[in-house]
Amino acid sequence: MEMNMVQAINAGLHQEMGADPDVVVLGEDVGRVGGVFRVTQGLHEAFGEQRVIDTPLNESGILGTAIGMALYGLKPIPEIQFADFIYPGFDQLVSEAAKYRYRSGGEYTVPMVVRTPFGGGIKGGLYHSQSPEALFIHTAGLKVVCPSNPYDAKGLLRASINDPDPVLFFEPKRVYRAVKMDVPEGAYEVPLSQAAVVRPGADVTVIAWGAMLYEALAAAEQVAGDDGIDAEVIDPRTLWPLDLETVLTSVRKTGRLVIVHEAPRACGFGAELVSLVCEHAFVHLEAPPRRVTGFDTPFPYALEDDYLPLAHRIAPALRETVRF
Amino acid sequence: MPRARHLAAVPANERATDERERSWQRRRSPSSQSGEHPSPAPRALKLKLYRAMLLSRRLDERLMALQRQGRIGFHVGHRGEEAAIVGAAAALREQDWLVPCYREFGALLMRGAPLATYLDQMFGNEADTGHGRQMPDHFHSRAQRCLSVSAPIGTQLPHAVGLAYAARLKGNDDVALVFFGDGATSSNDFHAALNFAGVFRAPVVFACRNNGYAISLPSSRQTASDGFACKAAAYGIRGVTVDGNDVLAVHRATRAAIEAAAAGAGPTLLELVTYRLDAHSSSDDPRAYRTDAEVAEATTREPIARFQRELLASGELDAAADEALRAEVAAEVSAALDAAQARSKPALDTLFEDVYAETPWHLRDAARDAREGSAD
Ligand SMILES: Cc1ncc(C[n+]2csc(CCOP(=O)(O)OP(=O)(O)O)c2C)c(N)n1
Repeated sequence: MEMNMVQAINAGLHQEMGADPDVVVLGEDVGRVGGVFRVTQGLHEAFGEQRVIDTPLNESGILGTAIGMALYGLKPIPEIQFADFIYPGFDQLVSEAAKYRYRSGGEYTVPMVVRTPFGGGIKGGLYHSQSPEALFIHTAGLKVVCPSNPYDAKGLLRASINDPDPVLFFEPKRVYRAVKMDVPEGAYEVPLSQAAVVRPGADVTVIAWGAMLYEALAAAEQVAGDDGIDAEVIDPRTLWPLDLETVLTSVRKTGRLVIVHEAPRACGFGAELVSLVCEHAFVHLEAPPRRVTGFDTPFPYALEDDYLPLAHRIAPALRETVRF
Repeated sequence: MPRARHLAAVPANERATDERERSWQRRRSPSSQSGEHPSPAPRALKLKLYRAMLLSRRLDERLMALQRQGRIGFHVGHRGEEAAIVGAAAALREQDWLVPCYREFGALLMRGAPLATYLDQMFGNEADTGHGRQMPDHFHSRAQRCLSVSAPIGTQLPHAVGLAYAARLKGNDDVALVFFGDGATSSNDFHAALNFAGVFRAPVVFACRNNGYAISLPSSRQTASDGFACKAAAYGIRGVTVDGNDVLAVHRATRAAIEAAAAGAGPTLLELVTYRLDAHSSSDDPRAYRTDAEVAEATTREPIARFQRELLASGELDAAADEALRAEVAAEVSAALDAAQARSKPALDTLFEDVYAETPWHLRDAARDAREGSAD
């Protein structure tokens, strides 16, 4: 069935909640109105207010309560209305969710999926655009997932719900309604920690996730036509724990690496990817790895398209890397 | 109903500090306000509580000494707060949950945990089910439905709300009892948790140990309100002030709050007014912020001597039995300490386990490197 990402995640939530009474959804405006992006639409009617819980406006309360539910044995899916507003609940994720299994020697676990719309591209300015994935990748004990299309979104959601550890599920809101594709009606999993080679190629490896995957693909087409450069584009899908093997296999073949992400450059996930590739495949590199990223500024409103690492910034990086 | 209190009409910051100080002084010796005509507690319960308090006291004394000798890294005890901690924990029913902060080892033991559960954690030895990952006094025990202690102040409060919500959703009548200090009432999560619990009418009992201090800060630096129980009113939940040095009053008030929660009447905030006789922890020197005279005065109201007097006066305990009980407790503590001290350090591999259910490649690599002593 043809679906966009909002519909695919919504369908996945309906399915998982229907199959397992321990799955609950909680957050601001997730109930009657179905969330500000309508991702939880219809759940309230289908499963009632006890399982689709409109909460007071407090992210620490949402995440802390969800942790308590998970400790009891439920599978909560808290929604943070925008990733930009996750910081009031940061402590609960970093100090509590991430460390509960470790500090209790596995006696207690926190199987929850924190869903949150993420990234720029909707003219949201400083506070409706951020990509904070690196903060959570840096925190041992959390998993970080970022689907780029409706099919992966539904399959990764199921895998995340079934995962015994806390998962940050970043939903690229620029993709929400922009991409449609065939999504199976039945339940299926896209396994965590498995990257996808979205465009096979021989000359340079490009890693991009979320909305930037489409920019990387556009840049790849551009340089294929203009310069005869054959780029291989990889979507990690799960950012952490990373499927490093797929990345290394590609870099060993191409000898070149370009990483694209919306988040600021300094200490972004790109920095970690470059380090890992240098540590594991240095002798295969023919050129210095490159990063095409957001700037080390807050996320701007009027100049959003100048901030984002769009195709017109990626293509020159691909050319320069290949010609190095 | 929330206990109504008249808040001063003048803005709190304009109230004279010494008046507030006086009000806090008064609060340190409150009359018991819970259970107007309590039915007498059975002797067996009293002796159980008394023994548990003696056990806590003995452990505190021995652990603080061991810390001074460098045998354990740290201790944060509850000397003077035994009635509040043991009394509240004793009110829990089998199915209820204990959500502790770092000062409630006595509650864990009251729930029936073997001494080893606590002491193996104190020594961070190979038998510690947390594999020595946390510093001392950061215990957990699923067998006693006791969650895991963490250091950030206040974060455990919303967990209690989530547990309680989940229990009710599953059709169970479990109640969550969460402990915290007066300092924690200033944390974000205190507000979040009481607010969520109020809106959800979650079966939670919030037990605030008002021990007079948060490290060096007196309670008057945490709030301009008249105590902490009154904060419940703003969340639409019950607030009760209890003499936290009266173990039977604490037990009664907590039991009432648990029963109300289990019956669907929502959460209660208990303010257990007590006093921290020791330093904040083994790392603190309280002479910088309070006088010996103040501590001496508080010592006259400390809960164990008080309960002892009551039990001796009522004839429920005689001096010889008291003596024997104390000796028995001391021997039990010694034996358990010897056993915990004798155990070895956790294995190196445990450093890399339990980060996730399945250990991913980067941690397997790190474990291998650590085993082989590789530089990276
Ligand atoms: C978020 C946070 N800030 C600061 C600290 C350092 N700290 C540890 S205990 C403490 C005082 C806590 O006082 P209170 O809540 O009254 O509990 P008590 O120690 O008196 O039992 C502080 C400031 C901490 N653990 N967590």
